[in-house]
This record gives sequence, structure tokens and C-alpha cells, in this order.
Amino acid sequence: MTDTNDSADQLREQVRVAAHSGVPLQISGGGSKSFYGRATVGTPLSTIAHRGIVTYDPGELVITARAGTPLTQIEAALAEKNQMLAFEPPYLGESATLGGAIATGLSGPRRPYVGAARDFVLGVKLINGQAEILSFGGQVMKNVAGYDVARLMVGALGTLGVLLEISLKVLPRPATELTLVQHRTPNEAIEVMNIWARRPLPLSACCYDGDGLYVRLCGADSAVRAAHDKIGGEILTNAQNFWHALREQFHAFFDGPLPLWRVAVPPARPSLRIPGKWLIDWGGAQRWLKSDTDAATICRTAAEGGGHATLFRGGDRGGYIFHPLAPGLLALHQRIKNAMDPQHIFNPGKMYPNL
Amino acid sequence: MGAIMIYCPNSPPGKTIMKTPVTNVQPRNRRELIAALQRVLPSQALLSETEDLRPYECDGLSAYCELPMLVALPDTVEQVRAVLVACHERGVPVVARGAGTGLSGGALPCSNGVLLSLAKFNRILEIDAANRTARVQPGVRNLAISQAVAHLGLYYAPDPSSQIACSIGGNVAENAGGVHCLKYGLTVHNIQMLSFLTIEGELITVGGAALDAPGYDLLAFMTGSEGLLGVIVEITVKLLPQPERAQVVLAAFDDVEKAGAAVAAIIGAGIVPAGLEMMDNLAIRAAEQFVHAGYPVDAEAILLCELDGVNEEVSEQILQVREIFQQCGATESHTARDERERALFWAGRKAAFPAVGRLAPDYYCMDGTIPRKHLARVLRRIGEMSAEAGLAVANVFHAGDGNLHPLILYDANKPGDLERTERLGAKILELCVAVGGTITGEHGVGVEKINQMCIQFSASALAQFHALKHAFDPRGLLNPGKAVPTLQRCAEYGAMHVHGGKVLFPDLERF
Repeated sequence: MTDTNDSADQLREQVRVAAHSGVPLQISGGGSKSFYGRATVGTPLSTIAHRGIVTYDPGELVITARAGTPLTQIEAALAEKNQMLAFEPPYLGESATLGGAIATGLSGPRRPYVGAARDFVLGVKLINGQAEILSFGGQVMKNVAGYDVARLMVGALGTLGVLLEISLKVLPRPATELTLVQHRTPNEAIEVMNIWARRPLPLSACCYDGDGLYVRLCGADSAVRAAHDKIGGEILTNAQNFWHALREQFHAFFDGPLPLWRVAVPPARPSLRIPGKWLIDWGGAQRWLKSDTDAATICRTAAEGGGHATLFRGGDRGGYIFHPLAPGLLALHQRIKNAMDPQHIFNPGKMYPNL
Repeated sequence: MGAIMIYCPNSPPGKTIMKTPVTNVQPRNRRELIAALQRVLPSQALLSETEDLRPYECDGLSAYCELPMLVALPDTVEQVRAVLVACHERGVPVVARGAGTGLSGGALPCSNGVLLSLAKFNRILEIDAANRTARVQPGVRNLAISQAVAHLGLYYAPDPSSQIACSIGGNVAENAGGVHCLKYGLTVHNIQMLSFLTIEGELITVGGAALDAPGYDLLAFMTGSEGLLGVIVEITVKLLPQPERAQVVLAAFDDVEKAGAAVAAIIGAGIVPAGLEMMDNLAIRAAEQFVHAGYPVDAEAILLCELDGVNEEVSEQILQVREIFQQCGATESHTARDERERALFWAGRKAAFPAVGRLAPDYYCMDGTIPRKHLARVLRRIGEMSAEAGLAVANVFHAGDGNLHPLILYDANKPGDLERTERLGAKILELCVAVGGTITGEHGVGVEKINQMCIQFSASALAQFHALKHAFDPRGLLNPGKAVPTLQRCAEYGAMHVHGGKVLFPDLERF
């Protein structure tokens, strides 16, 4: 397949036919994250042929690319100019596309310190449920004209429209990165991560894998050295591999057949009492759990801890996946869905049964 | 439904300074509404006498005035809910207002509606130092949050120039920015949870105590929605550690183009400054006369580059930035010698609007954003348009993120001046769109830029906005006439064609 191809018209035609017939579409990009969300049925609609970087101007810190563009291609283009997608999108498979990264809205280890996928989205071009091609947001850093439909699309799992193009803010790569390891108990680790986060330290990732507390520093050489002196710890030599394995879930923690849960809580929350194996990322704010504890218990415990739980991988893909919404909030979601996709043709049921 | 839709008569196409126009509210209906609101509000929380309404007739954009029918000043969420329910039942428009410092007329009242002031919601409810958040009511002043957490070494990053007075609720409604956006983001990047009431009185919470929440990102969607979707009653903001050190470098240029090249070079070198501001000659001279900041008054442009973070990194970057300035042909550059001089350098920039305001009886502040690479071209074109219109324009620019604030000088008492100013302003915004930018970077659309929305968005995108608005507020009672123009209005503005009379979502009401 070529690096650049515009198939917006074909995609639009497919949406038009679906809107007319009412037969739902199952939207996919590279398929690397097709396991995520609830299982759905529908006619496949692939964005993979709609690909290529549309504009990239390093001086503007903005890249615009089609949804089917492989993340590898985008990251290679950015690396050439010493820039990066600062939210470190998890690929979870080599075929990962930009569209999939934005539709799932997932972010990697740098998230608590620089922002999530949604924080870097400046604008989108999409097809709505009436088969219209619409543009929202733009290619500039500050833009408050109109409702923020671009960010509404992030993490909506394709239930509101088909992403065609996405404009993202990019950042310069830090001059230096250094990872330090300390041995801590889980609650010590949570506490110390949050103490660091309250101080002006150049943190770019903080994780505890049940054994070691890993902290990544980034910035100018001098700043990283100074922070090392303040924090202490052994230098990790194969640090890039470690963070890559964490982001891509190759880390040994993720092995094994048990369902994988993602529990998001306020970062300083002490350990939650759910049986299973834990890995703490995002400076405490994102905790991975391998456990066969029942969904109701996990959901309730996460909520009591001030957060929410997602059955990320494995388990029953037709049962509990995302934390239930309060009735008023769910009704609002349904009205928003109706406004974007009145025929309910886009990934119906992917996020919640009635959405 | 069934009740009669009451349309806010604001913002007719050819509006100028507006004084209370003919109202379509029957005195009987007004009396009945007052009686209903008196049952749910303490007596001092409802204003209905003309002299009491007067302070609410405009926000920071004082060229647009309108007396509201009533002003409600509730101080509990229950009272806000009761006001909304009463208005919803009667089809009465509601305009929410924070501190009223907005610059786009977003809080301009409706003559047939209730102006809902959130000013009494001024309490900081909880500071969570461990999780770096603060839960606050919407009427809390932006700066008050940073002041309340300063002893913890924390602060709230977005700093709009009105931060002494503006409220956090208004900041969320407008997605306010400030001089530190390039590095620290806008309001949307710095909040974590919102509670709002729908026009029907339902309390909805979006976002959460964790960094993300299940479902759609309605936290982002509510931010910048200009009071059209709900009335915000509580906000959880993120707090950041105060940087160890901040330092500012001032550089002067004999050519705006060189200054623009220096901005690109700094970004190109991989530096993300905390602030990167540009002022043109007219703005420099005005600011210097006003606050004596030590600006070189013969420069065509100055840049203020603030670097913050870890001490060592700031030192390293100052050297880099000064070298870049030199390479880009700066005629001079200085690092602030001490905290006093740093404050002084910023004082000039922060006083730029009032300083320019002293050059003419009135000024009109624009807010376009452009890709930085078009800066020199856009400034040149603004200069030409300014000469054609016979109106001076001073330029103040958040250069780091491309957000331009041209200030048009005029005299409202001179017949035709305001109209010429508005035409020039409209042309400037259209120029921003033409180079790939936007009509508003941080001030919002309000009533001010409603016509330019027709240029920035297609008819179908506008129809999509209306459909989304309908999902929150089916009767179109919240802040009607603002932010998103009707297709009919755009057709009248002549900027857009509704092909063959075919309107999208024909079953939807247009508001």
C-alpha cells in the first residue's frame, strides 16, 4: 500500500449507504485495538486505505494526518525533526493507526505529566451519521470557535463519527532522559510518587511494577542530573525498553490468562483491596489489575476509591466493560449520539449497550 | 413543549450600541415570573428595578448593552436549579454570568430573560494537596485559587490577563487562555471535573477525581461552550507545582519579520517557553509611556520570552534564547536582572490593553489565531487594512501559540467610527481564517464574532452544532443568540449559501 491515499469519498459513500439501509458499521483502522470495548456486529468499514500525512510543519508544532496513517509513519516523521507525540500512544500491535489511537483515546506513561491524547487534539475532519464531511477545531494551538467536537471524538470509540483527519499538537523531544529505580512497598511507592509530583521536578513517567519504583526524568542534561541528586536511586540501563514494554503491555506483568483491568483513581489513593496482581502507572493514577474477581466488586471498589474500572482485555466482552454512567449522564450521552449519528450506524453498543 | 418559544432579540445583523429595545414580554408574564422566583430566592437575591439591573447590562465588551428583564443572584445549587426550572417551564431565556470580564459579549443579557449571576458562588470547597486538585465554586476568582494554594508550593496555571477579577466559571465557559498557554495549556487542559445543571434542572457531573472518566469527554465539550449547554455550579481544577525559577528575556527588533523568525527559531530549537509575547511599535510606545517598563520605543517589535522550570534548565535555555535572538538580528536583548525587573518587563505587556486605551477614546480588541509562519504577512496586511480604514491598529501577540490581539483605536462619539471599526475587525478575522487560523483563540465568539462563524464553519458543521446544542437544551433557552449563528443569519450575512433552500435537520428548531 502507498504511503498516501485519499479515500474519503469511498468512506462517505459507505456511510451514506449504511445510513440509508440502517445496517450498522463496524469501524476499524489497523485492528490492533479491536479487542478493546464491547463486542459489536456490523458491516466492516476500514479507514486503513485513507492514509498519509497531510501537513507537518515542525515550526508550528502541528501535524495533520489521515486516520488510516500508521502510527509508525507519524512517529518516524516526527523523530526526523526531533519531535514526538507527547502522550505516547500505546500501539498494542504493529498495525496501529492514528485514527485508532484517537478513537480509543489511550495514552502512555508520560500522560500524567504532559497530558492525554485528548489534550493534544487540535482539530478533526469526520463523517457524521448523515454522511456529511465536517471539520471542527483547526491546526492552531488556541481555538475556541464552536463546540469542541474534536475532543468529543477522542475516546468515543467510533460511536459518533468516522474520523478522516486529525490535527495534533506535537512537542520537541527532551534532550535527555534518565530512569531511576528504587525498591519500595506499594503504598510507599504511591506516596513517594505523589510527593515528587508536588515538587518542580522534571518527571516524565512514574511506575511501580510490584517490585521496583521506576521514575523517568527528562529535560536538559543539567536539570536531569540535578533531579537525580534530589530523588536518588539506581540508574536503569535499558530504560527505553522498560517503558516501551510497559506501554505496549509486553512487561511480564501482563502475561497470563486472567482478565486485565484498568483502574483509574486519584493518584494518591493508597492500594485498593481487590485480590489480584497490581501494576501502578501514571504516578498512581492508572493501575493495572490482573484478576478474576467479579466485575461488580471491582467496579464498586474502584468507585469507592474515587475512580472507575474498565475491563481492558479478556473476560466477557459482552458484559461489564466500562463503568456504568449515572442515569442523567447516560441519557445525555444518548442524545449526543442521536445528534451525531441519528440512525445509530456507527459502532452501536461498542461503548455501552444503548449507545 | 407547546409553550411559545421566546427568542432573544439580541445581536440583529446590523447592531451597533444597543439600548434596551422593544421587549416582547407581557408585564403580566413578568409579574408572574417575579412572583415565582420570589418563592425560591431570598428577597435580596432577585433584582427587578431598572437601577439595580443597570450594572448587568454588559460584560467586558461594553459596546453591546442590554438590560435584562430580571437578575437572579442565587447562593445555593438548589436555588440555581429552582431558577432554571421556573424559566424552563415558562420558556424564559437564561444568561449565566461570572465576573462579567469577558470580551466577546458572552454574558450580554436578554431583555426578555433572566441574567443568572454566579457571583455568590465564591467559596473554595476543598484543597487536595496530595492529588494536586482544588474543588471550587464557579464564582471563585482565577487568581484566588493560586493564592489559596501558594503555601503548598502549588498554583493554577491558566492566567488570563483579567485573572485578578475573572471567575473560574467564566474561564471554563470561555476556555480561557493566558500568556502561559503554549507550555501549560488552556482551561480545558487544567480542569478535571465539572458539575452543571441543565436548563431542566438536572445536575450532571462530568470528568472525575481520576485523570479520566468513563463515557464521552463531556468535560472537554462543556469547556468553551459559552453558557449554551448548562450552568456550571462546581469545578475541580488541577494544580501544578510552582516552577523553581522563572526568567524573562526581552529582545528588540527593527523589523517585525525578524521577530517572527526568532519565534520560529526558538520553537525549532526544541524550547517550549512558558510565555513568548510580541508587541509592535504602537503597542510598545503606549506601554512604555504608561508603565515605564524600559522598552525600547524605537523598536518595530519586541519579544518577551519567559523560561521556567528547573533552575539549571532555565540557565541553559536563557543562553540558547539569547544566542537565537542575536542570530535573528535582534538590535538588543536583556535578561531581567532581578525579580523586580522581570515583573516590570511583564507589567508593560500586561498593561498593553489599557495603555493602548489611552491613545484613543475607545479601542476594540480582536482575538484571532494564525499559524505562526504567516505572522509577518498577516501583520503587513493588517497594516494596509488599517491605513485603508483610517483607523490605527496596535498589535499585541501571544507569539508562541499564534494568538493575535490587534487593538483597533476609534472614537465611539464620532459618527460611523464604530461601524468602520467593526468592518475592519471582521476583515482581520476573515484574514485569520484565510491563512488557516481561527476567529477566536481565547475570548470566545459571544455576540461579537457570530457573523465570522459563518466564514469559519460550513453550513453542515453549524447544523451539527445546533443538533448538539439541542441534545442539551432542546428549547434553546440557555444564552440564546450567542456563539453559534443560525443558518438564516449566515445567509443574511452573505457569507454562505444554503443550497437550494435545503436545510439540514429540517425538524430542528433554529436558535
